[in-house]
Amino acid sequence: MNLMKFKKIYFLISLTFLIPGLISLLLFGLKPAIDFTGGSLLELHFLNSDNANLKENNFEDTLAQFYEASVVQKSGENKILIKGKEIDNQAKDELLVNLNESYGQLEVLRFETVGPILGAELLKKTLVAIFLVASIITFYVWKQFDELKYGVCAVLAMLHDSFILIGAFSLLGHFFNVEVDVLFVTALLTTLSFSIHDTIVVYDRIRELKRKNPRSNLEATANVAVLETLSRSINNSMTIIIMLLSLAVLGGDTIRWFVIALLIGAITGTYSSTFTAVPLLLVVNKKKIN
Amino acid sequence: MKQKSLAKQLFLIFFLTIIAGFIALPDQFANFKKPKIDFYFWGKHIYKDYQLRKGLDIQGGMQVVLEAEMNEIAEEDKATALEASREIIAKRVDLYGISEASIQTSKANEQNRLIIELPGISDPTQALELVGKTALLEFKLQKKLTQDEIIEATRSPQIWLDSFIDTGLTGKQLKRSQAQLDPQTSKPIISLEMNEEGRDLFADITKQNVDEVLAIFIDGMPIMTPVISTPILDGKAVINGDFDIEEAKNLAIQLNAGALPVNIKVLEQKTIGASLGDESIQKSVRAGLIGLALVLLFMILYYGWLGFVASISLVIYAILTIALYKVLGVVLTLPGIAGLILTIGMAVDSNILIFERMKEELRVGHPYARAMELGFGRAWDSIKDANLASIFTALVLINPLNFSFLNTSGMVKGFGLTFLIGTLLSLFTGVIVSRLLLRAFLPVFTKFRKKDEELRS
Repeated sequence: MNLMKFKKIYFLISLTFLIPGLISLLLFGLKPAIDFTGGSLLELHFLNSDNANLKENNFEDTLAQFYEASVVQKSGENKILIKGKEIDNQAKDELLVNLNESYGQLEVLRFETVGPILGAELLKKTLVAIFLVASIITFYVWKQFDELKYGVCAVLAMLHDSFILIGAFSLLGHFFNVEVDVLFVTALLTTLSFSIHDTIVVYDRIRELKRKNPRSNLEATANVAVLETLSRSINNSMTIIIMLLSLAVLGGDTIRWFVIALLIGAITGTYSSTFTAVPLLLVVNKKKIN
Repeated sequence: MKQKSLAKQLFLIFFLTIIAGFIALPDQFANFKKPKIDFYFWGKHIYKDYQLRKGLDIQGGMQVVLEAEMNEIAEEDKATALEASREIIAKRVDLYGISEASIQTSKANEQNRLIIELPGISDPTQALELVGKTALLEFKLQKKLTQDEIIEATRSPQIWLDSFIDTGLTGKQLKRSQAQLDPQTSKPIISLEMNEEGRDLFADITKQNVDEVLAIFIDGMPIMTPVISTPILDGKAVINGDFDIEEAKNLAIQLNAGALPVNIKVLEQKTIGASLGDESIQKSVRAGLIGLALVLLFMILYYGWLGFVASISLVIYAILTIALYKVLGVVLTLPGIAGLILTIGMAVDSNILIFERMKEELRVGHPYARAMELGFGRAWDSIKDANLASIFTALVLINPLNFSFLNTSGMVKGFGLTFLIGTLLSLFTGVIVSRLLLRAFLPVFTKFRKKDEELRS
């Protein structure tokens, strides 16, 4: 079976997943969380369970009298998440007193305030971290395989995965108000390592086969390598996907989107190793010979 | 000979797992209560109580990032001032009874910061008052006490405290303080230097009260009660006493906290109620256990006996991980738990790589034992290369050297740390433990294989 014959199909599959995300990214961008923009977040639990007002969306009107919120959403049974401009403790306490009058006893589940300086700083740190990881990995793959083209293709596959993940969160942000926070960045960095993890296994096999049969051409060698590593690649992602899926379905709300980001990363990382990194290597190789 | 060393190694791993299992076990499980490690061994008291350390997002609490504004402080004193305010906040938090609080200083973009974590605190207003106020340093003279008063003062601390009277000399008039060694006696001393305003006041006080106690108070509590031995006219005093260099340094730091006023501004605060964490951790643990069971099932269904061996090493992996968290004192956050669960999924990767390799070697026609050894040997290169990339990423996330250009968030670090521990441990269980187990199970495998072949032919 020659899997590498269908290079165009693989690239087409990649593009169908990449393009909607990229368009969304250009049109709508990402929804940054207060981690990046600065602001306040308040999650409240109303202990008085038969609050008719709470259910009838009157809450937003009541809240608007005291606080200018940009997001008000239900985060569970009798739980409400409020996000908006930065407020300090005193202002928050006043708000709580006012809400207490209308809705009875309430409990603060979470209160976060991030100043604008830290938000801007986090953005910078994020970019540095991504750049650092990407360059360490390129350098490592390049040294390990003695040829720059391996490093370049591995990084292209890594970019492919990153943009699928970022694009997916742009769509999720536009349609479901999912925000991009510091944990999303963590998931993105982990995706880089997933992506490279599998790519190295396939490249490793290509290198080994090349040593065994130095005269066989790269396309044939790559095909054998992919066939030999495919079941391992799929099985390994299966176990990772099982773990992440059970956490996404059964785990708590706080880290759900983080886990989903990891899940998307794991899936695209597995796909890209075999169906992006290897075909790219062949394309780059052909270009050189011509 | 080889059999013997195999048995020995197997025993070692078995023993390690038992100990780790004991450590990993929760203190109370249904009706069973775990005994404490608390016994005497050759006259030495051995007591160990390992607990999983829960991060703020799980047990609830507050994290504040404060900016220390030090516009009025000279450049060379800024580091001292920051350290002094760290100490003073640590002391207050301690007095307030918050255990396991963490207070770190950091410097970013020419800004000096304090990052404070207060577990169990649910009232941010109160907590900020506690950490945010400037230390009040006062010099107070002790008035002469009558015999009766002395007797009473030994009974009631309040009466003793009331015997000190204000002198008007405060931290505002103190320029700086330093711990030094006395050049003559080479004993530790604490030097004080008053500013211009303080010099005259200090001279007056010391002139009029030789042989009296001039106590130093911080936040209303005395930290030192030195006696004035001679009048000091130039504003430069030394305090000597029965302290070692560490104590002297510590006292000097506290004095500086009063001398170098640092204004505190809140940059970021996060308060998390305990109920949110409780709920999340229960859900995460359940998700992890169900996921683990599914992975074990998958491995056994797909790889049969080999999968069974991989499952044993995966369970050993899970036990060792929890034990290691407890021993190393890893602070477990919710993203950290996600990291743990993720690495359980990744831990079988080395096994899968090896088994696929073995299958290939078997297909080529190698006998079982040989195929196994070859599979391990050949898969090792890929395993090593692939895991190195994960280790790099984990290190960038953890940022162990605390570079200011990288992340310093506790949640990200928590994830990075469990990710790193998981990757390293899975190399151990996936390669070394699995290999030993497979060697041990080899006779059983070959028997089954033979039966298989007989049935087929």
